[in-house]
Amino acid sequence: MALGTLIIFAVLGLVVAGSAIGMLVSRNAIYAALFLVLNFIAVGVLYLILGAPFISFAQVAIYAGSIMVLFVFVIMLLGAEQLPVQEPLRGQRWIGLLAGVLFLLEAGAFFYLRTSAPQWAAEIGFGFESPVVVGRMLIEKYLLPFEITGFLLLIAVVGAIFLARLDTPVRGKGLGRHAQTGERKE
Amino acid sequence: MDAGLFWEWVIKSLIIVLVLTGGFAYATLYERRVIARIQVRIGPNRAGPFGLLQPVADGIKLIFKEELTPAGADKVLFFLAPIITVLPSLVITAVVPWGDTVVIGGRAIRLYLTDINVGLLYILAVASISVYGIVLAGWASNNKYALLGGLRSAAQMISYELALGLSFVGPVLLAGSLSLMDIINAQKHLWFVVLQPAAFLLYFLASLAEVNRAPFDMPEAEQELTAGYHAEYSGMKFALFFMAEYIKMIAVAMIGASLFLGGYMGPFVDRFPWLGPVYLFLKVAVWLFVLIWLRATLPRIRYDRLMQLGWKVMFPLGLLNAVVTAFVVVLVGG
Repeated sequence: MALGTLIIFAVLGLVVAGSAIGMLVSRNAIYAALFLVLNFIAVGVLYLILGAPFISFAQVAIYAGSIMVLFVFVIMLLGAEQLPVQEPLRGQRWIGLLAGVLFLLEAGAFFYLRTSAPQWAAEIGFGFESPVVVGRMLIEKYLLPFEITGFLLLIAVVGAIFLARLDTPVRGKGLGRHAQTGERKE
Repeated sequence: MDAGLFWEWVIKSLIIVLVLTGGFAYATLYERRVIARIQVRIGPNRAGPFGLLQPVADGIKLIFKEELTPAGADKVLFFLAPIITVLPSLVITAVVPWGDTVVIGGRAIRLYLTDINVGLLYILAVASISVYGIVLAGWASNNKYALLGGLRSAAQMISYELALGLSFVGPVLLAGSLSLMDIINAQKHLWFVVLQPAAFLLYFLASLAEVNRAPFDMPEAEQELTAGYHAEYSGMKFALFFMAEYIKMIAVAMIGASLFLGGYMGPFVDRFPWLGPVYLFLKVAVWLFVLIWLRATLPRIRYDRLMQLGWKVMFPLGLLNAVVTAFVVVLVGG
């Protein structure tokens, strides 16, 4: 691997890891959300360097641009910037640290105890990343998973609407469109 | 990559940034003069011939103004918010072609920075990032008016982003590509505004809402929110918000012209490639004129009406347009 590429990957990796840690330790919800946005964008750039612009920009547009904007919006709307210093589930920080150390040990053990040299992944053909190829793959080869994903998302949307409409009026008391301001179901 | 190509990219990027910032300066003058004409006034005409030095005077004034940071503000985000607002507007036009290939000193130079095969997706991604600057400015100011302005603009931009994305689908389906170069080449004989009037209308309205222009300039409604999200900003930080708004106007005009009005295409552009940027400039100037004209003419739309228009009219219309266009493209076999 060329030195320049290595440096770029190292810097990006530091940004990705650093923003993830910043998201975890930040006690201000807005800052935590912004660290997560930075993380998503850095991962998007990583995809871009790996030669997958479609995934990269989709990642930035959907995760960093749409979902996190809603997070920030809700945090501001509720005025819930300050996170509690004490975590609601006691001891989970230590369990998390333990799991992290275990994972690091596992990765190190795999690296040093492996029996064969690391292999380069097989080169994928030129043009594989183009939207046309990605679209054909989704519609032709992976049609069923694609449809199932779409169906799951539809169910999620219906569920979200159902949850948001909990304060529908009690049956029989007023079903007109002005009933929305009426009694709430307890 | 040879050094010549590297410098070509650097110079092109520099030209794009300079043209956009210079365009910002003169878009403000353009707007003030045109609005003055519409309101039977004269407008700024003292600084330089025809008031051409007015933007310079405005800039000098803003640089020398005192910069205030409210005591209760979040200092870091208060400082970062204007920068986060300006950056996306400066980079969003990187994928918009200015023309085809010209020859300068024996070297064939393409008049676009880059032609990526996911150009429109890039535009959507950058546009969706630009919401943050405004929201954070509202929050970091620690001012209720600013916060309300920021929240309103976030809600508005999220709502209209959907319609904006759906309006892209029509031209993409017709051209069969997400690259702006391919979309412009597909309009060699017929502009897409003729084939996609609904998508054009959707794009026009949604882009107005995206750049917070009248009649959708709800986030900065002076009467109810003082100045909205930038109420606490002064000096150059305020100028950056101002700059972002006008550069975004130019950017949506460039993107819209490329998607629906043939971009740099025009008569004789095949023989004289230098005409490309000229045609693009003319189309952008006309588009900006319409934006200014609308601001001078229409009253501001009420907030609930704005949301209803976005979700109940434009979003379904966009979906319908996408489905109908897809059917027609399959039937005709385009």
